[in-house]
Amino acid sequence: MSAAATKIIQPLPLNSTTTNRSPHKALFNPLKATPISSFPASTRKLRLTKPNSPHARRRSTSIFAVSDVVQEKKPTSNTFFPNLLITKEEGLELYEDMILGRSFEDMCAQMYYRGKMFGFVHLYNGQEAVSAGFIKLLKNEDCVVSTYRDHVHALSKGVPARAVMSELFGKTTGCCRGQGGSMHMFSKEHNVLGGFAFIGEGIPVATGAAFTSKYRREVLKEGDCDHVTLAFFGDGTCNNGQFFECLNMAALWKLPIVFVVENNLWAIGMSHLRATSDPEIWKKGPAFGIPGVHVDGMDVLKVREVAKEAITRARRGEGPTLVECETYRFRGHSLADPDELRDASEKAHYAARDPITALKKYMVENNLASEAELKVIEKKIDEVVEEAVEFADSSPLPGRSQLLENVFADPRGFGIGPDGKYRCEDPKFTEGTAHV
Amino acid sequence: MAVVFQGIGATAALTSATSVDSKKLYILSRRLVSETKSTFMVVRSDGRLNSGSNRRAQKLITNAVATKADSSPATKPGHELLLFEALREGLEEEMERDARVCVMGEDVGHYGGSYKVTKDLANKYGDLRVLDTPIAENSFTGMAIGAAMTGLRPIVEGMNMGFLLLAFNQISNNCGMLHYTSGGQFTIPVVIRGPGGVGRQLGAEHSQRLESYFQSIPGIQMVACSTPYNAKGLMKAAIRSENPVILFEHVLLYNLKERIPDEEYILNLEEAEMVRPGEHITILTYSRMRYHVMQAAKTLVNKGYDPEVIDIRSLKPFDLHTIGNSVKKTHRVLIVEECMRTGGIGASLTAAINEYFHDYLDAPVVCLSSQDVPTPYAGTLEEWTVVQPTQIVTAVEQLCR
Repeated sequence: MSAAATKIIQPLPLNSTTTNRSPHKALFNPLKATPISSFPASTRKLRLTKPNSPHARRRSTSIFAVSDVVQEKKPTSNTFFPNLLITKEEGLELYEDMILGRSFEDMCAQMYYRGKMFGFVHLYNGQEAVSAGFIKLLKNEDCVVSTYRDHVHALSKGVPARAVMSELFGKTTGCCRGQGGSMHMFSKEHNVLGGFAFIGEGIPVATGAAFTSKYRREVLKEGDCDHVTLAFFGDGTCNNGQFFECLNMAALWKLPIVFVVENNLWAIGMSHLRATSDPEIWKKGPAFGIPGVHVDGMDVLKVREVAKEAITRARRGEGPTLVECETYRFRGHSLADPDELRDASEKAHYAARDPITALKKYMVENNLASEAELKVIEKKIDEVVEEAVEFADSSPLPGRSQLLENVFADPRGFGIGPDGKYRCEDPKFTEGTAHV
Repeated sequence: MAVVFQGIGATAALTSATSVDSKKLYILSRRLVSETKSTFMVVRSDGRLNSGSNRRAQKLITNAVATKADSSPATKPGHELLLFEALREGLEEEMERDARVCVMGEDVGHYGGSYKVTKDLANKYGDLRVLDTPIAENSFTGMAIGAAMTGLRPIVEGMNMGFLLLAFNQISNNCGMLHYTSGGQFTIPVVIRGPGGVGRQLGAEHSQRLESYFQSIPGIQMVACSTPYNAKGLMKAAIRSENPVILFEHVLLYNLKERIPDEEYILNLEEAEMVRPGEHITILTYSRMRYHVMQAAKTLVNKGYDPEVIDIRSLKPFDLHTIGNSVKKTHRVLIVEECMRTGGIGASLTAAINEYFHDYLDAPVVCLSSQDVPTPYAGTLEEWTVVQPTQIVTAVEQLCR
């Protein structure tokens, strides 16, 4: 991916003036703190400016800044359509990923209400653009760390739908053998590092994964190790200490990590504006010396452009980036949430910006794909999701013998029993009935 | 062979009034070494050198150094060092052996560690391998866990164990649980270590004993070191273990001196250490209280009792085999610990012994623990919050009536 067209500048020193000093066409200037966009729930009026307006370039927030990129971008390999952001293949890949995310989550809701899965299930409907926009740019060795709203992150990273569905059903064929559940999706093969139930808990883990990447390059001398870690978390997490501590450490050691804030404006029933003194999360990056970017998280192409630059920055060893994606969840916080607090007009506003319909429209209008081709993809995904459900249904439940496995990597950790033998050598241990 | 000798001398200093000065401890130890002709003399509490008890003293000292399961006494004379140096030696050997072993913590790098356990390691291995972190325990512990999941073997140093309360979220939720919740996909071979326990008038917040708080967390192992020999051995074992291990050190024990073998040795994380075999009563202890117990043992021996002292070392899980064999032999148990009375290690151990060895007990299990009191600053008050040798002697006398 060419990174020449976009450049994320380092934040300017604190005592700089507000003029834009950089000779480059800045993607954004985090220090030019005149917020233009406003959140729908705030009292400020939403200002809608056409993306191609010449004034867009000077905007400080980058809701429309990415469109600068659109104009500056060098022609892609698609010679017929030199101004497009994606090729047909990329577009189809993104579309398929988002459709998979949406269908899967819809199926989860069905299955939940049919009593196939229990507990806390948090669905990702509406936020697919962030997952597809970022994760589809990663290699297999790159790591993804998420929160409890992690089904689609796992799917985008490559975990098979049947493994995720089995995990949700609590079957032994699940990606975590049924031991994790909805909020703990892990995959060593695809480098999905979870799945965390407490917010903010995963951010240090992501920082650690990025640390390993740097360690491998600099201490273990694996010169080509440029693995990047993406940490996904929400707006509520941005008021948590772990967030700030990790921003500091990642910036301090220039770790190859991208902090992706999925700002869907609500933390269960707490509006972001009621919880946060300064709601513009991207501004918190420059306080630590990290570039902060704000992007429209309902537009997968914009997200992808920003992601490209942030990930490339990390790969080059230039350090972390904080990306705030303004997005929205169409469903409640979890399947147990009645979702009464959110305004109908707000929901309607974002429903009109559904990322899947937006991408479909873009591809059809720019003749990247026909409606029929997209329908084929939708049908294929329907089959994948149904097959996943069938697979999960027919998979066995974990047996008792699974209870005590995996508590310790080295089961000698259960200790020595009264008879002098390690407890893990007790035959009852493998049955799962041993007293430990 | 001088460890118990040093230990006894050390506890003499530890228990004297309020002056528990680690430097003084070291000096006292040195003086005792230079003044004696042989290592087989026991300094009695009244200052006499007793040759009559030599035979028992010999037995006492020989058995104090290593358990049967450990490697036999070194063929070469070995080398003397202090406990913090032993920890460093173990750490350095492991870092030399495996390039993935790294250290993270506050002031571990340039400063060399607040107790000098990582002294000079940053010069040798670089700033990334011996990482000075900002003061963010929760996050750098989480970072160590993330690094461990992705292939490194980090050692997290808590400057004081009490600071790890801030890391409780990561230790409980991630360190202990992620191996299980990921269905066994990710291992977390992390070592979390640091000094804890009641020091010399350090105040309540720096004198905490966290072993009781961490003991319920599934998926972690806890060990406590008490001598330079077992400190090095446990450090190495903890680093090599695939499980997350919390290694509890004690602020007052860092300057203990002992001769340890030159050759490499690793101790077993799950085993307890037989400090002194005996017949009348089993005394279970760990960390600093081992020295109070040995001090009391001196008095008890002179009074005609024969206590069996076991340093349990492995706080989670308990070595029920060694403990059980001892209970079956003596039928009386006294637990001496520095943990709080409520919900401490002693409480769990009492429950475990009652559950498994109830039939073998001639008397109820007695547990001597610290008072459920925030450790006061005043020296006299501080002394009364922890168990003193006189209390141990009284308890044994009562149990053995």
